[in-house]
Amino acid sequence: MDIIITICSGFLLLVGSFLCISGGIGLLRFPDFYTRMHAVGVTDTLGAGMILVGLMMLSTDFLVFAKLVMVLLFTLLIGPTTSHVLAKAAFHNGVRPKDSNNLEQSKEKENTSSIL
Amino acid sequence: MKHTISLFLTLAAFWLLNSGHYSVLVLSLGLVSIALVLIISHKMDVVDQESQPIYLSTKILGYYLWLIKEIIKANITVVKHIWVGEKSISPTLKKIKISQQTDMGKVIYANSITLTPGTVAIDLVDNEITVHALLSKDIESLEVGEMDRRVTLLER
Repeated sequence: MDIIITICSGFLLLVGSFLCISGGIGLLRFPDFYTRMHAVGVTDTLGAGMILVGLMMLSTDFLVFAKLVMVLLFTLLIGPTTSHVLAKAAFHNGVRPKDSNNLEQSKEKENTSSIL
Repeated sequence: MKHTISLFLTLAAFWLLNSGHYSVLVLSLGLVSIALVLIISHKMDVVDQESQPIYLSTKILGYYLWLIKEIIKANITVVKHIWVGEKSISPTLKKIKISQQTDMGKVIYANSITLTPGTVAIDLVDNEITVHALLSKDIESLEVGEMDRRVTLLER
């Protein structure tokens, strides 16, 4: 039984680490601010989640387990909130996504609607 | 009243799980702190439906399970596109309509969109939400409205 838990948690930790590294690589590879933020989303959610679940499996103490659950819950609540604030601040300060056709359309729409 | 009880239970659980010491002194200190927090939050008038959404607690579990499944799927897609390279992505910015009536529903929906890798909710005005997506098909699947429908069901 012990060996199964060790293997499972090792697997989760490994996949979690891979996802975190992928997020970092995406951060370097993607072209502009918003797409980079999507890459960080991977590290935020499944990367951190899998590492924490892997650690939960290893924990023998109930208190340690409970604290890891709390960390996971808070990460899942705080992550999207901060990304949203970051994106909103960037958007309202004039950072526009690269090569996005829809933006031009929506801008035109806004202009026409304001004229109307 | 039920909101106060719910806040008390949450705070008590938080204290007990974080301290791990069960001597009389530490427990009574915990009780005093919880009482203090309850008094302050009552004075601030923040103990209500919004801070303690008890009515959600029965339905939210099913939604979370579905959301976890969606998050895993979206993660796989985004990681694939990270490794394939930036040629394969099609960043899109679009306003989409939402059907939630309450503030809580809107926040849950916007938070779920941001929590799913590949889509970020940028702005939320009245019943329109500005979403930036890594792939244009992510926007399309949001417009189909599966997530929107599920969040609206939570409101009732």
